[in-house]
Amino acid sequence: MIFSIAWKNVWRNKLRSLIIILSISLGLLGGIFYLAFANGMAQQQINTSIKTFITNIKLHNPNYLINHEIIYTIANPEEKLKIIKATDGVKASTLRLISPGMASSAITGTGIFLNGIYPKEEINVSDINTKIIKGSYFESELKNQALIGEKLANKLNIKVKSKLVVTIQNAAGDISYGAFRVVGIYKTDHSAFDQLQVFVRKKDLSKLIGVDESTVNEISVLLTHNNLTKSVKEKLKSDFADEIESEQVIVRSWDDIQPILKMLNEMTIQFSMIFVIIILVALSFGIINTMLMAIMERVREIGMLMAIGMNKLKLFLMILLETVFLSITGGVIGLSLSFIVIEITGNSGIDLSIVGEGLNSMGYSSFVYPEIDNYYYLLIGLLVVVTALFASVLPARKALKFNPAEAVRHDV
Amino acid sequence: MSIIRTVGLNKIYDGAAVPVHATNDVNLSIEVGEFTALVGPSGCGKTTLLNLIGGLDTPTSGEVFVENTNLSSFSGKELIDFRLKNIGFVFQAYNLIPVLSARENVEFIMHLQGTDKVERKSRVEELLLKVGLKDKMDQRPSALSGGEQQRVAVARALASKPKFVLADEPTANLDSAATKNLLDIMLKLNEDDNITFVFSTHDSRVMKRARRLVTLDDGKVISDE
Repeated sequence: MIFSIAWKNVWRNKLRSLIIILSISLGLLGGIFYLAFANGMAQQQINTSIKTFITNIKLHNPNYLINHEIIYTIANPEEKLKIIKATDGVKASTLRLISPGMASSAITGTGIFLNGIYPKEEINVSDINTKIIKGSYFESELKNQALIGEKLANKLNIKVKSKLVVTIQNAAGDISYGAFRVVGIYKTDHSAFDQLQVFVRKKDLSKLIGVDESTVNEISVLLTHNNLTKSVKEKLKSDFADEIESEQVIVRSWDDIQPILKMLNEMTIQFSMIFVIIILVALSFGIINTMLMAIMERVREIGMLMAIGMNKLKLFLMILLETVFLSITGGVIGLSLSFIVIEITGNSGIDLSIVGEGLNSMGYSSFVYPEIDNYYYLLIGLLVVVTALFASVLPARKALKFNPAEAVRHDV
Repeated sequence: MSIIRTVGLNKIYDGAAVPVHATNDVNLSIEVGEFTALVGPSGCGKTTLLNLIGGLDTPTSGEVFVENTNLSSFSGKELIDFRLKNIGFVFQAYNLIPVLSARENVEFIMHLQGTDKVERKSRVEELLLKVGLKDKMDQRPSALSGGEQQRVAVARALASKPKFVLADEPTANLDSAATKNLLDIMLKLNEDDNITFVFSTHDSRVMKRARRLVTLDDGKVISDE
């Protein structure tokens, strides 16, 4: 019956209760949507990075990570590729030969990474072929084709079919020059990537460097799902334990390669949660105020309840339940609204192309798809209950301090 | 048999510039089945005496016995429990819970006592029948007149099967017809069910119908008829 009274008391002053319920709902909607928006941006950045180039796991010669020299290659890459492809959770894997270099045009020059790839294999681990905005993705078998980013094309002022001159250090340690024909220009959500990464056929790069065509200094692995990264990484580390032990190979996951991505993602979630908590703390003052008003309007009634024998625990419980019901009503509406808005915008996306250039320069997409795990709805729901419990203490203490003899005769 | 006994009961309020003796050495004994009115001018100590008898306030000195139990021997928690099980209260302003129906208002105190649902239901109906409100059981207080609300309050006071009922100015907010009706009901309950009523009043129409009049002035009992 105390539950029933508490619930009915919530609706005693409908307007006042609706105002605080609306405040809670909108506060939660704002907080959760911000969380989903920020999380969506961070997740997209991770997913884009993984799908476009980083992939989930990479294998290198550990020395290559210290010094990007062509001598630091991976031994028996084809054998390793077979083992990797046979591993559960691996969607695709490919071999790459990568060399730092200099790209030049008639106007200027800039530092780049030349990625020697197998174009047909590459599209199984990277979606770079879907990012072509001009030209094509290695359609012909002609030699010395290059795929460059829009940012680099703009910087060098070159177009499709233009000649791209690259300078690299060859296997002998000498400088080699190569001329590539731009066959396609791509554009990702990461402008720094677009400026740095140039794709060429692996055999063309091998020839330019002066190494055997089978030479590889990177194996990239794409998984069926990102949450398998840790387990597959451990499996590969176990498969190549001997070579890892002898420092011939190193297995790294995307968060080892780009720890800042993981850190940014975690920070985004943490800051967003702090923002949600600040909203809840602010709302708790509104709830306390509403409940204090409700208590002060019912001094006589509370005095009567104390006089007829309602003990302090039950009185406290009644006020606590009233606060919890009020908050949970707002919480349920707020969470539901958030769910609906996040579902809608998560499917349709939010177009931020008006500030797209700035976002791209930080590696974010200009089209954001808000998303959060259902776990956060549960967590925030629990936080609403905690807020309600916290907000109920002051009004309940106030009520418990009433003297029943005076309270029953209190003039409202 | 004495159901209520006060011995040298004093209540002094120190808050004012001059200490106020709200009750001054009150020695009173009320028997089972009495219909007693505490009368006197405003501020004479009627409500204070009722509060002391009901355990809502503690005396500065002296003692209150209910049957042979000394109320000052109870802790605060025990006193709340004692009130719940032994004393019925009726207040001047009815003090019903507005969000509950008449039935639920009466039932609530039995719920606090832990009475089972079947007994609660039958007792609520019996009591609301006795106070003439069987057909308005499901009405909320806002839909009832002042007299009807006070009759619900009387039913609520009796719902816990108390040893006695304390009523503080129960007719003060009622018109003459409602006052007569309420007194008829209280007297009938007193006669038929031997329920002890102790109430304060300054209404002469009520005084005339009381079986015992205890007159107070300046906190002292000046007559007991």
